[in-house]
Amino acid sequence: MLTAFAILIDGLVYAAYLFIVAVGLTLIFGVMKILNVAHGSFYTFGAYGAATAIGIYFDRGWPDAGGFLLMALLAMALGLVLGLILERSVMRLVYGRDEVVMVLVTYAAFLILEDVVILVWGAQSYPTYQPLLAAGNTAVGALILSNYDLGLIATAALIAVISWWALKFTRYGRLLTAVIFDRETAAAFGINVTAVYTITFVIGAMLGALGGAIMAPKIAVTLGIGVEVIVLAFAVVAIGGMGSIEGALIGALIVGICRAAAVHLVPQVELFVIYGVMALVLMIRPYGLFVRAQPRRI
Amino acid sequence: MARHGRIAAGAALLLAAAAAFVLPDWIISLATIAFANGLVVLGLIVLWRAGLVSFGQALYYCIGAYAVALVGRATGVTDAFLLMLIGGAAAGLVAFVVGFLLARYREIFFAMLSLALSMILYGVLVKAESLGSTDGFSVASPTFFGYAPHQEKLLMALYWLVLAVCAIAAFLIDAYFRSVSGALAMPVRDNEIRVEFLGMSVSRLIHTKLVISGLLAGMGGALAAFAIGHVDPNMSYWTTSGEFVFITILSGAGSVVSAFVGSLAFESLRSFAFAMLPQLWQMLLGSVLLLTILFLPQGLGSLVTRLRWRRKAAAP
Repeated sequence: MLTAFAILIDGLVYAAYLFIVAVGLTLIFGVMKILNVAHGSFYTFGAYGAATAIGIYFDRGWPDAGGFLLMALLAMALGLVLGLILERSVMRLVYGRDEVVMVLVTYAAFLILEDVVILVWGAQSYPTYQPLLAAGNTAVGALILSNYDLGLIATAALIAVISWWALKFTRYGRLLTAVIFDRETAAAFGINVTAVYTITFVIGAMLGALGGAIMAPKIAVTLGIGVEVIVLAFAVVAIGGMGSIEGALIGALIVGICRAAAVHLVPQVELFVIYGVMALVLMIRPYGLFVRAQPRRI
Repeated sequence: MARHGRIAAGAALLLAAAAAFVLPDWIISLATIAFANGLVVLGLIVLWRAGLVSFGQALYYCIGAYAVALVGRATGVTDAFLLMLIGGAAAGLVAFVVGFLLARYREIFFAMLSLALSMILYGVLVKAESLGSTDGFSVASPTFFGYAPHQEKLLMALYWLVLAVCAIAAFLIDAYFRSVSGALAMPVRDNEIRVEFLGMSVSRLIHTKLVISGLLAGMGGALAAFAIGHVDPNMSYWTTSGEFVFITILSGAGSVVSAFVGSLAFESLRSFAFAMLPQLWQMLLGSVLLLTILFLPQGLGSLVTRLRWRRKAAAP
């Protein structure tokens, strides 16, 4: 019983993290049909930005809430700048090319940005434990849970609700839905597709950076953190169906719970289980759980 | 024209083989790795001509390498030819089995599923304590029909072996491209349904291509295992697959020779960048990839074709 509860909580925490990272990726894919490898760079920049914010703010006796706010704001500002630069300078040149070519372009951007991180922040790792200490712990029965983890779950739920609301009930969300459904018809109806692309890419980048910022206190902020995140986010998005927000949520939950169960019950299959689930889902539903198969074109 | 091309390729091969006597050791070992990886790239080109990009080619590469290392460790066999064939066959068999699944997928979904399969192998290898986990384990020095060279001689023997395998593979794949099954790659890329209306099974065509590419990647992995003398799970990580796709883009799918030229160019670029700009080598690689996609969408191979066209245009 205790193990089951621990699996549930760990799974939810991991799923929350996966969802925050994957939602930006799936948004960009849904609208622009770009599988964005550079999402890992947004994550890395967010994490380093948060580490910088922690270095500036914590250990000074200032109220903790401000520190959390500064982490998130700095990371999202970095995401905004980075996303804007990337979209306006590079992605713009390859719109309309093959989907696989666009993956490679973002892969090139990812390689370049990996070294930009070294240029800006150096090769050393940053200590980022302070927010975890500041948040404290809560005892639930025999388990001691970090408030930070609980906050992580709440943040993910909040992002899920906001993105659902924004897509269904705001003007921009409606425009976005139109573009996702049919780009050319949307353009013919007078929607500025170029602007929608730019805004979507920037929002996706900011979400990726936010994911990095939120995870920064839980991991060692050091070189190479983006490499693993990319494949994890790919797995989540592929399970749920690329371009689907609900899919990202369900995919994150499936992967999160499966991994937590593996860690608690059979630790040897921890990594295997994530990609095993992905392969299994793709075998049964090639386009993911929440996307219907496309008819073949003649 | 094709005969000229073959004569030129043969001359280049002899030149490359003779170069082993002149060039310093580090260039020989760089070229050995580059040509071994070129085999993997050749397999990717086979797929690419049908419009498929595999982000999981490291799966077969890694299986080839681990098959060599494991068989060598378990049985004490050190014969390079035998082990190489075992590595290639193991990878080809895996490609044949997963091919039943993969052949149903296209575009980005094909790339994602092949990525997932290679990451499964990575996950298994990382957790396999008996196989050295993330450290991997070392591969015994190969012998050649009982001949057991050391150091410099071993380096040269391996280099010639790799060259010979590459030459045979290039010849066979070139013949395959001219065959009906090979020539149908472009129509499959353009419009599958029309190919099926011609009475061909597209999924069988793609399955064949998958097995060929798996076989080549396995051989490449086996040779790389000899050349490096060590295997580890990173051979199956997605960045390894990414590198192979990178080289494929750099090479272009124009001809079989371009795979090896591109691979050599990539390996030289990486060694150069790693030695000269240790903090910036990824940036340099990324920039080259980006510039290739933007300005040389047909790869390095297209430079030759363009020159030839220009010469033709200039001639009266």
